[in-house]
Amino acid sequence: MTSQIETLKLEIIDLKSQLLQKELLLSQLQEKNEGFNKYSESLSTGEVVRYSRQIIMPSFTVDGQKSLKNSKLLIVGVGGLGCPAALYLAAAGIGHITLLDYDEVELSNLHRQILHNEFDVRSNKVDSAFKKLKRINRHITVEPINIHVNSSSITEIISKTKYNVVIDGSDNVATRYLLNDVCVLNKIPLVSGSALQMEGQLTVYNYNGGPCYRCLFPVPPPAYTVTNCGDGGVLGPIPGTIGVLQALEAIKILTKTPGVLCGRLLLFDGSNTTFRNIKLRPRNKSCAVCGDSPTVTSLIDYEQFCGASAHDNVINIDILKTNQNTDIKSIVNAKNNIIIDVRPKIEYQMCRLPNTTNIPLNDLKKEKHLDKVKDILETSKETDVFVLCRRGNDSQRAIVLFKEKFSSLPINFINVSGGLHSYSKHVDPSFPAY
Amino acid sequence: MSNLEITIEFGGGAELLFDNKKAHNVSLPIKNKQWIIGDLLLWIKENLLKDRPELFLQDDSVRPGILVLVNDADWELMDTVNYVIQPKDKILFISTLHGG
Repeated sequence: MTSQIETLKLEIIDLKSQLLQKELLLSQLQEKNEGFNKYSESLSTGEVVRYSRQIIMPSFTVDGQKSLKNSKLLIVGVGGLGCPAALYLAAAGIGHITLLDYDEVELSNLHRQILHNEFDVRSNKVDSAFKKLKRINRHITVEPINIHVNSSSITEIISKTKYNVVIDGSDNVATRYLLNDVCVLNKIPLVSGSALQMEGQLTVYNYNGGPCYRCLFPVPPPAYTVTNCGDGGVLGPIPGTIGVLQALEAIKILTKTPGVLCGRLLLFDGSNTTFRNIKLRPRNKSCAVCGDSPTVTSLIDYEQFCGASAHDNVINIDILKTNQNTDIKSIVNAKNNIIIDVRPKIEYQMCRLPNTTNIPLNDLKKEKHLDKVKDILETSKETDVFVLCRRGNDSQRAIVLFKEKFSSLPINFINVSGGLHSYSKHVDPSFPAY
Repeated sequence: MSNLEITIEFGGGAELLFDNKKAHNVSLPIKNKQWIIGDLLLWIKENLLKDRPELFLQDDSVRPGILVLVNDADWELMDTVNYVIQPKDKILFISTLHGG
């Protein structure tokens, strides 16, 4: 059965790629065939019909449509924000959309990154998005760039194409500073969105005399205060809402419509469905990049500036002595040992190994839980107690705490390297590696 | 004279440091001088913030990455820590989000 599944998967990939080729060819031929429209100066027959519902608005008109058609827009991050933003911008008829992302589609992306589907898992996000957007609108150019954004790659991309707007759909602080600076230095408005758990934030930087990201945040936040979607979680409609609003702001900027969200910050709280509009400070004359005498006049090393890497992947730590670590396979054979899973309770409820005990890392930090933990440890029949978590990092942090708090107990705390991810990879792939 | 009644709000994850509660109606005791936000930060540290103050405060202000908003306006528009708190003010501390 497994081989049948794999064969089918390959066949489908092949058929889909053939289908895409034919669709692209068809749309090219149709585009040529359609050609000149004697009833309209600037738009083809298909374009007039397609965009008619937005063109007939007095605030938009055929001039608005022409502006969109002649616009070039860069979307950085084709994830929870970038997908819905790209969807609406492609449908609205932005002439040139560049998609920039280095990442591959994962199963855990699909609840919010709505351009991607089950067949796209493990393919490039930009290629996956390209295929969907081209099927939505054959009149536009979509340019997928599968590259990690940094000072040198963004400089090259920006020098090749003159963008009118940049959409920040990134997921980390370093990239947010990078995009801010590149937009200030090249005088491009930046539509910035972010989302986590049940909340989203949205504003437009560097537009119409308003502040830039650095005016608001001259100093990056300490790395330990930053939570990403992989650790904090996020409900799909939250980035969905913010991403769609990013598309709206981009369209308003490109069509020179008033009412752009600059100098203001929109706070969306999905837990009670409230939108708050905050009045922000004006541009800071002493801002390091957009101020009157800037100190940042070219792009810098943003990972160094932020003390954090420019992606939201987890950085693995190694803080224990070698003999305090063990392979995942040793807990499979463990019979009498206590195995402690230190993940948060919610994650333990979601999936867990049998015969494990949940003592969340955060509980170890609070005195009130320690008596209970001690009771559990005292039932141990073996001196070796295994400590386990999602990826093998928090378990190391937990061991440091265990040794500190329970030094009187004759227990040898052993870290399970690689944690449950390693279990899924090396022992049983049916354990969900989330 | 009665106490100074205000609402303190937290968002963007900052509420996690305050029992996961987003709005706190508080009554600040009357003192000789007027209450400014600088005083309020110390009051929050003493009365609401139980542990890990470094996740909220740094030096005599909030840590980088937290915006302070007085009645839905940036505190930079009103002299930041020196703003004199008025009755019924809504003071919001919002942690900026970076996820996408």
